[in-house]
Amino acid sequence: MSTSAPTEVKERKMDTIKLTINGRDVIAKTGVTVLEAALNAGIYIPTLCYDPDLKPYGGCRLCVVEIEGMRGLVSSCTTPATDGTVVHTETERVNRSRRITMKLIIANHHGDCLTCAKNQDCELLKIARYLGIEQEHIDRLRKGTQVLPVDKSHPAFIRDPNKCILCGKCVRACHEIAVVGAIDLAFRGNSAKVTTFGDEPIVESICKSCGECVARCPTGALMPKWEKPPAKEVKTVCPYCGVGCSIYLGVRDNKIVSVRGDSEGPANKGSLCVKGRWGYDFINHPERLTTPLIRIPDVARQAGHNGRVQEIFREAKWDEALELVANKLFELRQNYGADSIAALSSAKCTNEDNYVMQKFVRAVIGTNNIDHCARLCHASTVVGGIAAFGQGAMSNSYSDFEKTELFFVIGSNTTECHPVLGSLIKRRVKFGGAKLIVADPRSIELGEYAAVRLPHNPGTDVALLNGIMHVIIRDGLEDKEFIQERTEAFEDMRQLVERYTPEAVEAITGVPQADLEAAARLFGEARSACILYGMGITQHTTGTDNVKSIANLLLLTGNMGREGTGFSPLRGQNNVQGACDMGALPNVYPGYQRVDDPAVRTKFETAWGCKLSDRPGVTTTEIANAILGGDIRGLYVMGENPVLSEPHLEHTRQALERLEFLVVQDIFLSETAWMADVVFPAAAYAEKDGTFTNTERRIQRVRQAILPPGEAKPDWEIISTLAEKIGQPLCYQNASQIMEEIASLTPIYGGVHFNRLDNDSLQWPCPDALHPGTSFLYRDGFARGRGKFHAVDYVPPAESISKGYPLVLTTGRVLEHWHTGTMSRRSNVLNELYPNGVVEMSPDDATKLGLIEGDLVVVASKRGRVETPVHITEKSPPGLVFMPFHWREAAANILTNDALDPVAKIPEYKVSAVNAVLAVLDRASQDNAFLARLAENPAEALKEYEVTAEEKAALMSGDIRKIESWLGKLDERLKTWLMLRLSQEKW
Amino acid sequence: MVNPSIAQDTQVLLQEQERTSEKQLKEILSSYQGKKEELIPILQQVQQAFGYLPEPMMKKIAKFLKLPESTIFGVSTFYAQFKLVPSGRNIIRVCRGTACHVRGSAEILGEVEKQLGIKAGETTPGLEYSLETIACFGSCALAPVVVTNGKVHGRMTAPKAREMLKKGAH
Ligand code: SF4
Ligand code: SF4
Ligand code: SF4
Ligand code: FES
Ligand code: FES
Repeated sequence: MSTSAPTEVKERKMDTIKLTINGRDVIAKTGVTVLEAALNAGIYIPTLCYDPDLKPYGGCRLCVVEIEGMRGLVSSCTTPATDGTVVHTETERVNRSRRITMKLIIANHHGDCLTCAKNQDCELLKIARYLGIEQEHIDRLRKGTQVLPVDKSHPAFIRDPNKCILCGKCVRACHEIAVVGAIDLAFRGNSAKVTTFGDEPIVESICKSCGECVARCPTGALMPKWEKPPAKEVKTVCPYCGVGCSIYLGVRDNKIVSVRGDSEGPANKGSLCVKGRWGYDFINHPERLTTPLIRIPDVARQAGHNGRVQEIFREAKWDEALELVANKLFELRQNYGADSIAALSSAKCTNEDNYVMQKFVRAVIGTNNIDHCARLCHASTVVGGIAAFGQGAMSNSYSDFEKTELFFVIGSNTTECHPVLGSLIKRRVKFGGAKLIVADPRSIELGEYAAVRLPHNPGTDVALLNGIMHVIIRDGLEDKEFIQERTEAFEDMRQLVERYTPEAVEAITGVPQADLEAAARLFGEARSACILYGMGITQHTTGTDNVKSIANLLLLTGNMGREGTGFSPLRGQNNVQGACDMGALPNVYPGYQRVDDPAVRTKFETAWGCKLSDRPGVTTTEIANAILGGDIRGLYVMGENPVLSEPHLEHTRQALERLEFLVVQDIFLSETAWMADVVFPAAAYAEKDGTFTNTERRIQRVRQAILPPGEAKPDWEIISTLAEKIGQPLCYQNASQIMEEIASLTPIYGGVHFNRLDNDSLQWPCPDALHPGTSFLYRDGFARGRGKFHAVDYVPPAESISKGYPLVLTTGRVLEHWHTGTMSRRSNVLNELYPNGVVEMSPDDATKLGLIEGDLVVVASKRGRVETPVHITEKSPPGLVFMPFHWREAAANILTNDALDPVAKIPEYKVSAVNAVLAVLDRASQDNAFLARLAENPAEALKEYEVTAEEKAALMSGDIRKIESWLGKLDERLKTWLMLRLSQEKW
Repeated sequence: MVNPSIAQDTQVLLQEQERTSEKQLKEILSSYQGKKEELIPILQQVQQAFGYLPEPMMKKIAKFLKLPESTIFGVSTFYAQFKLVPSGRNIIRVCRGTACHVRGSAEILGEVEKQLGIKAGETTPGLEYSLETIACFGSCALAPVVVTNGKVHGRMTAPKAREMLKKGAH
């Protein structure tokens, strides 16, 4: 990374050197190169292969300079600056050499600058002009035309090797920043080019589509397909995941036409992943909601897409739609009380939207029935974190990761779900000497970088962590001083883990004892360690226990409250941290202030000028039952899609069908919106102002780049107007005003004001206007005083495999998509990269089931069934299948178990018992019992059914024609399947 | 993985082959430590054992050395000594030395390429022929020269080369 050294400093600091460039004194930091010293001093040196984020390469020879006392010209990008060096950057000799080099490069650069989309900002062209090589020269210099094939396979960018100057920036970006290594220089001489393993089209390679290469290419060799030069750029935050990458949206004609990573972004330093970089086109999608919709009377509220929009809804004016909702909510409250209404807020919306929503529910409606999808992802983190430390948020920051010696990643597929963070971890391990332990039932990518891999059985996290602690205590590796001074309840925990010997743990988790021991030693001996985890920990009936176990391990080894250490739950959504902070939870006001604490309540009653309920509300996961039980009759959903995201969907759908009144506010007609009585069109993130809080508690500004389509409005504005209609106005002029109110009532946000966020971001707690924010928590003590150990015993998952359901299903996300697909499936690039759902299965299980890649299979649990293609991969261990939950056509959540963690009420998405059958077989055997039996167990079938000797022979020899003559015509795929099955049978 | 479209015995055979070559590779790798500098010697040894660098082997070497697969590919294609496809059963070499060149070896090469449908350095899909070019073969008196499976054919012309291939250059 470039180090900025002020140029004309009068007095010199300790770690600086002085050199002379072109007769001028220049002060530079020790350790910089001659090139960096010059650039920092504002002296231009042309470069083609230098990039401040990449290791020096010295490939292009354009940066040559003369250094007194050194023979010949040297490339300044690889020469360290030393004290007293005298440098000349613009001598005749230097420039002659540069011109020769440049001419050689151009000679090998085929293509017509006039038609090249890059010509506006082509580095090659710029430098050619700088060196006085003009257009006609350039054309003349071009050697013949050896035309190499152009790779257009990727939906987002084109690779044209003919325009490539082999500067190697893309290769280094891919290896050093993304740490993927999809491309490298290959072949020699005239044929040399950058390509993938096997010279395959990029889309078939291991490329992760992050675009780090494209962003750095100095020529038109790597070009985005759809981007247009923007008229202006607006700095804001990526709307996808909780990493919180800072981006610049390019705007032209009220459309988003480009995205660029913000090199100063505190979370991403310019990096982006495939979603952030290419997944922006959903904003301009023609299906955006542009006007309020009202369900046509008598159209039944049914789940699933049924019919055309016009047959279900009619367009309405804001006034009418708002009036209708206001009256209906009022009526429900009159008839059944305020608690008959519930609302789901949204982790996709801004802090300001969430604040206004929860205030509306509490102050205007009069209930605490507000929750959001954090219930489904990190509810157990909040409960477990508060129990152990007094606070449920991530205790550290990405900046800590730069100093961490040991990463322990458990239940997080970081490279797919938090990609930019995933790359950071890979960089730290590959280039920074950090060590990594990965615990995951699946062979996730990070595993390749791990010193120790712990592939534990799904749902056995507590046993695994107890086992690690057992070894640490047995070997005396615990931090006795830390335990003594900063924790409590150690003894109970110690006694409990005594039982978790490596042997006992192996029996439960399937992890070999030696690996457990190795991991324990690594963790116990590390000077600084942090534990990163995701849904693999939280989405269990033992979610809270899992989180407490993680806290135990951190406390045991004193890895809290110091730089480089800490508790790192990776929050999923862009603003799930913020939505929790804002009190979109049934038991707390903003800033985790409890609704059942009278002092707190009085504070909010005074501020909001109304009486508030002291009863904690119902959680997201309890709403379905409350509806079916008649307790909840009206539901207001803002930017969530429970019809796809809840576990055991059939149950949720039935519940929503029973509602008396459903309002949905969204940017698209989501699966949930299809069921609504009234739909409000909302503004998307690029169309409004506000703030998002990322997973490291960092509050960043979201800025309006374009106008919302049609009559869509920011969420907070819709709710405020609705409140006005109900007769209790919430008066806000803009988002900044809302933040002022948040700050005044929420101690951890006390010092957050928009003017402080203009050029900066703040990490909470930030109690007052002068406080700089907090990068890591608990330096001087835990929020609850002492850190508390919890003795947690292993309890198996709620559902276990059985003869009928012999496979464990676990669910999750894939790199290219987001949650229920409302946004990502409306992005052309993302959709093309990963167009449909799959079930991932091990080669072992596939062989057993006679499945080949791409076969349509029926996956069924006790709760329902879905049909989806199978993807056979070593990523899945035998006995485990994996389904992403993004697709309504193959909704994984039809299968998932709605058993809840007793405290956090988070469902067990990660373990359900299922079976899988070839779809054609499933269909055929539905009405053919013999076929069903034959498929299941041919030898037994022969015994059970009366078959003639001839038939028997046909079956045993796999004579498919004969078999068809009495079973009826069979599907082609079914035929090959059956033949294989029969041939494998030991008769 | 089972592929029902292939006969069972072929499948067994393929699996068998895969297992033995895997064993062979393991043996080769066992004498190395997994350091980056060992890449070239490993590639050389693998090529010696298999005659070329099969893709699955390159992937395994990448894993062993903890290097990206693309880097292994880059190195393998950079050095002329490495082959990425197995050689054909018949190796045809066209001399591109000076003497042969002035007597029209370019035309001969073009003709052979046309006949075989491959470029120099490539192998026909059925592994029948590999086509290579060589620097002076030391038989300039006979220029232009084509060597098939070690047999020298002098005073070649494009039509003669065509005839030869038609008859089958074994
Ligand atoms: S898009 Fe990312 S992963 Fe793909 S080649 Fe470029 S840098 Fe590598
Ligand atoms: S594709 Fe672009 S970045 Fe990569 S080597 Fe070629 S010119 Fe450089
Ligand atoms: S890592 Fe997350 S925040 Fe960053 S670009 Fe990707 S999706 Fe957006
Ligand atoms: S910038 Fe120094 S050699 Fe390319
Ligand atoms: S040049 Fe061809 S044999 Fe000498």
